Order: sequence, then C-alpha cells, then structure tokens
Amino acid sequence: MSTQVPLMSEMAAAGKDVEILFWVGCAGSFDQRAQLVTKAFVKILNKLEISFAILGEEESCTGDPARRAGNEFLFQMMAIQNIEVLNMYEVKKIVTACPHCFNTLKNEYPPLGGNFEVIHHSTYLQTLIDEGKIKLKGGGAYKGKKITYHDSCYLGRANNIYEAPRKVLELLDAELVEMKRCKTKGLCCGAGGAQMFKEEEEGGIRVNQERTKDVLESKAKIVAAACPFCNTMLTDGIKGEEKQDEIKVKDIAELIEESML
Amino acid sequence: MDIARIIQIILFIAVAGGGGFIAFKKFMEIRVNILRGKEVEFDPADNGQRWKNMFMIAFGQKKMFKNWIPAVLHLFIYVAFLFTQIELLEIIIDGITGSHRAIWHVLEGSFLGGLYTLIINFIEILSVLAFVATIIFLVRRNLLKIPRFVKPEMKGWPKLDGNIILYLEICLLIGVFCMNVGDKALQAKGVYHETGTFLISGAFANLFTGWSTTALMIMERFGWWFHFCVVIAFLNYLPYSKHLHILLAFPNTFFASLKPKGEIANMPAITKEIKLMMDPNPPAEEPADEGEPAGFGAKDIEDFGWPTLLSAYSCTECGRCTANCPANQTDKKLSPRAIVMAVRDRAEEKGKNEKEKGKEFDDGKSLFDYISKEEINACTTCNACVEECPININPLSMIIELRRYKIMEEADSTEEWNLMFNNTENNGAVWQFNPSDRAKWVNEMES
Repeated sequence: MSTQVPLMSEMAAAGKDVEILFWVGCAGSFDQRAQLVTKAFVKILNKLEISFAILGEEESCTGDPARRAGNEFLFQMMAIQNIEVLNMYEVKKIVTACPHCFNTLKNEYPPLGGNFEVIHHSTYLQTLIDEGKIKLKGGGAYKGKKITYHDSCYLGRANNIYEAPRKVLELLDAELVEMKRCKTKGLCCGAGGAQMFKEEEEGGIRVNQERTKDVLESKAKIVAAACPFCNTMLTDGIKGEEKQDEIKVKDIAELIEESML
Repeated sequence: MDIARIIQIILFIAVAGGGGFIAFKKFMEIRVNILRGKEVEFDPADNGQRWKNMFMIAFGQKKMFKNWIPAVLHLFIYVAFLFTQIELLEIIIDGITGSHRAIWHVLEGSFLGGLYTLIINFIEILSVLAFVATIIFLVRRNLLKIPRFVKPEMKGWPKLDGNIILYLEICLLIGVFCMNVGDKALQAKGVYHETGTFLISGAFANLFTGWSTTALMIMERFGWWFHFCVVIAFLNYLPYSKHLHILLAFPNTFFASLKPKGEIANMPAITKEIKLMMDPNPPAEEPADEGEPAGFGAKDIEDFGWPTLLSAYSCTECGRCTANCPANQTDKKLSPRAIVMAVRDRAEEKGKNEKEKGKEFDDGKSLFDYISKEEINACTTCNACVEECPININPLSMIIELRRYKIMEEADSTEEWNLMFNNTENNGAVWQFNPSDRAKWVNEMES
C-alpha cells in the first residue's frame, strides 16, 4: 500500500475536506527516534484509510517549552502564528502523538483564539479500537510479553488521561505490569518544563536514571511510552544501565502498528 | 451569685476577650498581607464546583486518603477537633453566664434528652483516638524521621513548630479529660448533677473517688480553665504557625484553580502587545494607557494573585509535594514546599517592615533573596506537587511566575535555553533544523 501523507495546503487547494489534522510536532518531525513513531502512526491512518493531512512547513513549535521556561512572549508569538494557520484551514479536529503539543493546543490555545477538538493519539487509538477498526494479527508479536506503561506527566496529571494508553496496550494481549510509581504517582522522565533543552541542575542522579530503576524493578521487557520526550529519556536511561538489548522503549503507536493486520 | 463565681466570670471574659482580640489583630494583619497580591477575577458560574471542592477536599479530606496511614491518623485529630467545638461552646457559655454544663441543661429539658451524653461520649472516644494519633505523629516526626519531615527546609523553627502543635494538642486533651474526670467523680459524690455515663472519663473517675470534694473541684476547674487557656493560646499561635491550615484550607480549596493542571495561566497583557506587533495596520493612536505598566512574572509577593498568597499561608508543610517531586527525589536543590514557605515568609517580612518602618520603606529585597534560580530551573513542570497537595496548593504556578520574571525582566536564562528560544523563533522548531525539512520524513516513507 502506498503511503499517503497529504499536506493541508494541497487539500485546501484541491477543495478537499480532511477529517483530522495530524499535528506532528518538532520531535515527531525532526528527532530520528520520534520520526519512527510518526511513521508508525501514519501507517495506521493509511491502513484504516482515515482522511488526514499535515501542515508540513506551515507547522511550528507550539511554544510549550518556551512558555514553561518563562518566555511567555515567545510562546504567544508561536501560538498566535499557529492559530492563524489552523484557523485559515478551518481545522476542527487535531490529533497529535506528543502530549506537550496536545496539552498546549488543547488547553492553552483557546484563550488566544484557537478552539479545536484536540486528541492525543492514545485516546484516538483507543477510539479506533473501541470502534473495532483496528484488528491485530493472531498471536501478535507482543502476546504474553511483559510490558509496562510509563505515564507521561502531560497526559496523566496534566490532563487526567491514564486509562486510554493502557486500554490500547490491552489489545496486544501482553502481560501488563505497573511500575511502583504509576498513574497519579507516576515519576516524570525528567524532560518536561523545558528540561529537555538544558543540562539538569546539580544533584545526585538524573531523573531518567531514577525512573529507569522503576523500569528495571518492573521486570518488563518493553516500556510503552506515549510521548517522544519520555521515549528519549527512558531510552537513554536504559542505555545508561546497559540494558538496551533486553529492554526496548516503544511508543504505543509502534506497538499497535507492528501488530496490525 | 457568690463572689468566687463573679470573679470567675470576669476573669473568663478578660481572658477570652483579651486573647481573642490579640489573635484577631494578627489575623487581620495576615489578611492585609494576603491582599497585597493582585486582584483576581472569579467567574460566579464556577461557584458550584468551588463549593464542591471545598466540601470534598477540605471538609471531606478526599486527597488525604492517597496515603491511608497518615490520613486515618489525621482524620482522628480532625474529627475530634470539629466535635470538641461543641464542648468549647459550652465552656464559653458557662464561662460567660456562670452556668455549669449549660448545653446539658438545655438538651435535658427537651426531647433531645440523652443526646448530650451521646455527644460527650463521642468526643471522648475521638479524643482518645486523637491522643494516640498525636503520639504517633510525634514518633513519626522525631523518632522515625519520615524523610519528608527532615528535609533541609524543616530545620529549626518549622520542626519546632510541628512539635509545638502536637504538644498543644496533648494539652487540650489533658484539659478536657481533667475536666470530665473531675466532674464525673463529683457527680458520684452528688456534688454535680448526673449527666449520664461517660465511658472514658467515667472509668477514670472511679480512680479518684477517694479524693476530697475540694481536690476534685480543683481538678475539674483546672481542667476547664487549662483547656480554655490552651484554646486561646492556640488561637494566638495559629497565625504564626503552619497550623493555620486548619482555617485556611477551606478558603484555599475554594479559590484554587479549576483548570486542567497542564494549563499555564495566560498573560493577556502580552497577547495585546503581540497582536499590536503583528498587526500590519497598527491603530494610529496608542490605546489609552492603563496606568503603570505591570512587570512580567513575579519578583515579589505583590506580583502574585492574592489566592497564591492565601495558598502560601494555608500550607502546613507536610511535604507531600517535595516527597513526590522528581527534582527533589534526585537531590536537586528544588523543594516545592520550600518555595511555598518562602512566599509566606516573604509576605510576613513585608508585613513586618510596613508595621515597623512604614508603607514607603523598601528593604531592597525580593523573593529571589529566598529562592534561587537553581531551584526554579530544576522544575520539570510534572505537576506531581500539585497532584499531591491535600489542599490544592499549586507550587508550580509560583515557579512559573518566578521563571517568567527571570526570563522576561532580567533576561537571566541559560545558554541552552537561549539556544532553544532562538531556534523556536527563527526555525519554528526547538532544535536547529531548517523549517523546510519539517516534512522530510514523508519522503523517507515513500521511498
């Protein structure tokens, strides 16, 4: 099946409606690891023949890290530009695989004039599963394997999304185990609040190393993430423990895509 | 009425009135300190949700039950405190009118006869439970040294404060039991009227039947006075103590933000500036100036909204925020509790300065004399502190305001953040990539 990733501008020029705008985000666009998640998610959309488009060059950083670092000017500049583009295309529904983009678009754009239905890909995948659209191969690749889910702060505590990613994982027929700190008590990966873009402050160990301890304790062989930054942080943490051959960090979209019919 | 009784009434009114007045003055000072914060608008449509939060979270202790051991122990003390107010009310009525167990008299004469005995028994049982809980709390703080109680910000006064409150609680309980045991023993001697069986003080009273009537009266009066004097002392101690949460937890849960935790409050002043900047046809006239332009972010307490200052005064320094903070758990300098405590300390300092040196006095200090850049820059904005706070204090919102000041007013960023800002502004991405490569991954898929 050929890959279809139409641009919003092309669709608009052709006068075609799209059902969802896939907001790729900086990580999903440029980070090599996160690109794989983007591609996996696009493959799912293509397989299910869902009408979507991306903004391509017209997409910019939502401004999440700038705002959290304290640079409100820059955040609002980015937000207002993005809102102009989104409103120009009369976007109604946005799906994104990044919890930071999700939170910003959903909660922080409305006061600036951007009102969209914003859905994180975990919730979106759960809906597709509930509708019976996603069908997995019999005896899927992850059947019976120990998988643990790492809560992203910006899905969990920030937006109370704890169940959707877990529901998605249930479909894999794997053995889901929880880390000792999970859900509302889930430990951050260390990337949020623009920490991703600076050295950690001085202290004992890195936050991702602390989180890796929980991963190792869970004995899971796969850590499911739903955030590109958590993914990077956990991958690095596991590498730091030299466990990269035994434990893999995978986005929920990748796990589903690999197991789909 | 005999002279002794009249003297007692006068003394009581003096203690209650004097003690109450001094406490009231200090509470008013705190009110002034809180209102140094900026005006904040509330949508009356949210009131339903706000009352519900107050009922569930403050009154109903909902968030305490994330950790059930301290939750149950705290519940004993809390419920005992609530119900003891009935006994306190009776002490006040008796103190002012010279009656003895006025509420018993009122209830006994009505269809509610027997209710009094039930209430006092309930209070006594709760008081024993509260006593046990208080001892366990002292052990947790001083012997077990539960980590969140021994963090750096808890050295000195905060540690002493925590213990003083627990000692005062024991004093209150000793007072109530002295009073009731003495009363029950005197009832057995026929000196006081019978008020029904008090399970706990009644049992203890049996130990004191050998005492003379005078000795028992002294014991009963001592308990009565001691309890009341400790209540007045407690009331005066509260405004200086972390224990102020017993009052302020209620308004704090009412005024706390109702927005999703992930949402950072918008700054409309900046929106206006950016819209002007981006407008290709700016209005010919400058819009009317709305007074002095406010600074960005928070340098001092006046820069916060007043509910933030209320929340700082509501904090009881339990440290659940800090115990769950990823930065703190990995030994960074940041402790969300220390941030909240610093805001209160600074508010107190400002109040003190104004009282002693006048309104115009500027001590040249700011919150950054209390809080370092290293602390605020360690935050991952993960919301664990906000999630954990049993009374909905939001240390994260304080940290964001402080960061805003550092970045926008002082341009005091880090090199790496500056690079990220530049990339965001120039390339529309957090990293240094060409914007035209944003959809390059699509080509890789198609090939």
